[in-house]
Amino acid sequence: MKIHEYQAKTLLAQYRVPVPPGRVAGTPQEAAEVAREVGGRVVIKAQVHAGGRGKAGGIRLADSPEEAEKIAGEMLGSRLVTHQTSAEGAPVNKVLVEKAVQAPKELYLGIVIDGSAQMPVVMASEAGGMEIEEVAATTPEKIIKEYVDPVIGFQPFQGRRLASGIGLEGKQVRPAVAIISGLCKLMQEKGCSLVEINPLVVTEDGELLALDAKVNFDDEALFRHPELQELRDDSQEDPLDVKAREYDINYIKLDGDVGCMVNGAGLAMATMDIIKIMGASPANFLDVGGGANEEKISQAFKLLVSDPKVKRVLVNIFGGILRCDVAARGIVAGAREVAVDIPVVVRMRGTNVDEGWKILEESGLDISFASNLKDAAEKVVAARQAS
Amino acid sequence: MSILVDKNTRLLVQGITGRDGSFHAMRCREYGTDLVAGVTPGKGGTDVEGVPVYDSVQRAVAETGANVALIFVPAPFAADAILESADAGVPLIIAITEGIPVLDMVSVARYLKDRPVRLIGPNCPGAISPGSKAKVGIMPGNIHKSGRVGIVSRSGTLTYEAVAQLTELGIGQSTCVGIGGDPIVGTDFVGILRLFQEDDDTEAIVMIGEIGGTREQEAAAFIKTKVTKPVVAFIGGATAPPGRRMGHAGAIITGEAATAKAKVEALRDAGAEIAPSPADIGLTMQRVLQGR
Repeated sequence: MKIHEYQAKTLLAQYRVPVPPGRVAGTPQEAAEVAREVGGRVVIKAQVHAGGRGKAGGIRLADSPEEAEKIAGEMLGSRLVTHQTSAEGAPVNKVLVEKAVQAPKELYLGIVIDGSAQMPVVMASEAGGMEIEEVAATTPEKIIKEYVDPVIGFQPFQGRRLASGIGLEGKQVRPAVAIISGLCKLMQEKGCSLVEINPLVVTEDGELLALDAKVNFDDEALFRHPELQELRDDSQEDPLDVKAREYDINYIKLDGDVGCMVNGAGLAMATMDIIKIMGASPANFLDVGGGANEEKISQAFKLLVSDPKVKRVLVNIFGGILRCDVAARGIVAGAREVAVDIPVVVRMRGTNVDEGWKILEESGLDISFASNLKDAAEKVVAARQAS
Repeated sequence: MSILVDKNTRLLVQGITGRDGSFHAMRCREYGTDLVAGVTPGKGGTDVEGVPVYDSVQRAVAETGANVALIFVPAPFAADAILESADAGVPLIIAITEGIPVLDMVSVARYLKDRPVRLIGPNCPGAISPGSKAKVGIMPGNIHKSGRVGIVSRSGTLTYEAVAQLTELGIGQSTCVGIGGDPIVGTDFVGILRLFQEDDDTEAIVMIGEIGGTREQEAAAFIKTKVTKPVVAFIGGATAPPGRRMGHAGAIITGEAATAKAKVEALRDAGAEIAPSPADIGLTMQRVLQGR
């Protein structure tokens, strides 16, 4: 689960990580008020769940409360398009108004799970302000790492090693260690999958400050943290993605016109891949999951055809835990309910496949049957040309 | 022979009284696996279709000599179940459960390190050795055929797809293993590739990877230096957008190395034969075997 920068900063502050003075605002008047409280030059930051805001005009400076009000007025209610959003962009419903900070030095601090090491890894870099993936690709020597052993936890000596590794010295080392320890504690206590400060700046007065912050939570651990639910902002996601989550379906909207419904994430990705290989484009990723029932299949089918971009549908079911007859009943129920009028190709295999075919055949729905993956992809790609 | 599971497997199912646990325990037994015990705390002394249920793994092992644990325990309690079996000295633990918090798995992995225990999964379909009639997992048994190709995969249903393609071409399998789709798994590709390389009855290997992480690159490095048997590989997710989790918690593109393209290049460079599409995994293996 992703949250906004202002929410991440509130959490960081609770873990004693210094952040610039400021507050979130939902109206231009409120933004002016915060600017007045903070005093001097302020920065207005659009709150969206995406990076690349600066280049997209989502981060702007204001020298007076009046200017802050004007800028906030332009941002609020608009949609911000960055390289990480869809072409439609993400809605700006709130802005963060903070004291503008002059920072000669920009650093990077982040914690993620390292699957190979099977532990969280703290990464620090003196190349702050740019995306860490880019630093990793171009100048990997500029990233230094320390692993967090779950038995002993993160240790101060590791913090000192990271601090000196990114050029901090003297009075800056102790606060740096405190910041990193705070991030580790936040990760552990709230079940985060990512905690990042980019950039962490050293101000002209030599103070360390988290200028931007990103916190993602492990979806699987959210059941332990009901208090985090209120941080969720559905407006930042595609409405179909939100609906899919309600039904507990793994769905991701894409840009093509071949809607697909598959059981299992690996097979779902492979189905998207073969659609592309055959010369068409998938409209979505959709994994109904292993233990899906008729109701869920029917919801999933309705969800995927509710995307207006979808002009043809490929259903690929390899029955294991999920039985083909259950899948077939779900497809028939969903297709009847929405009176589907676009070509539908179904490929089924595995548990109870004969019963599944019989249900589809007797439904009277206009469905093309495919015997294998390749046949299915060929038929669905040809379907458009025919219609 | 095969790897991991065979005629000597004495299976214990943790969570055997649940819906999925009881259903799949019976399918494993029908396939031919020696199912000796079930464990559900609080239900000791009862039985599930003749299989004795115990309150603890320790008790079950002491009384039945179980040597493989299959876990269906719900995610919030699954880490505890894995640790219980490890503590009881079960040498092979296969965790089917999906959705275990990743920090739980950090602790589990740390505990298992340096102990004589192998964990497969979590979030995996399990392992099956058709020649030994041993199935420890949720895969449909009837699509498999006894033979000499080993399969290792991060996915469930895509593995079934590959198995079905091989079986249709008359190519049987020694053992098929799903290592799981989570960011942290007990055994990675390298662990299974090593077992297949050492297994006299495995002649060739199918490896199915996907986007996210760098496990396929680590596998490529191992294949390059240590694997002499032919490897056919497919990487799913070439069309996946960056930054989005594609069902599996571990299937997310976080940088260049996590893309399908980077993984395919690493495997090709290591000498693996790349299946051009997910529909060609069987045909690619057939070609490789005929060319030997």
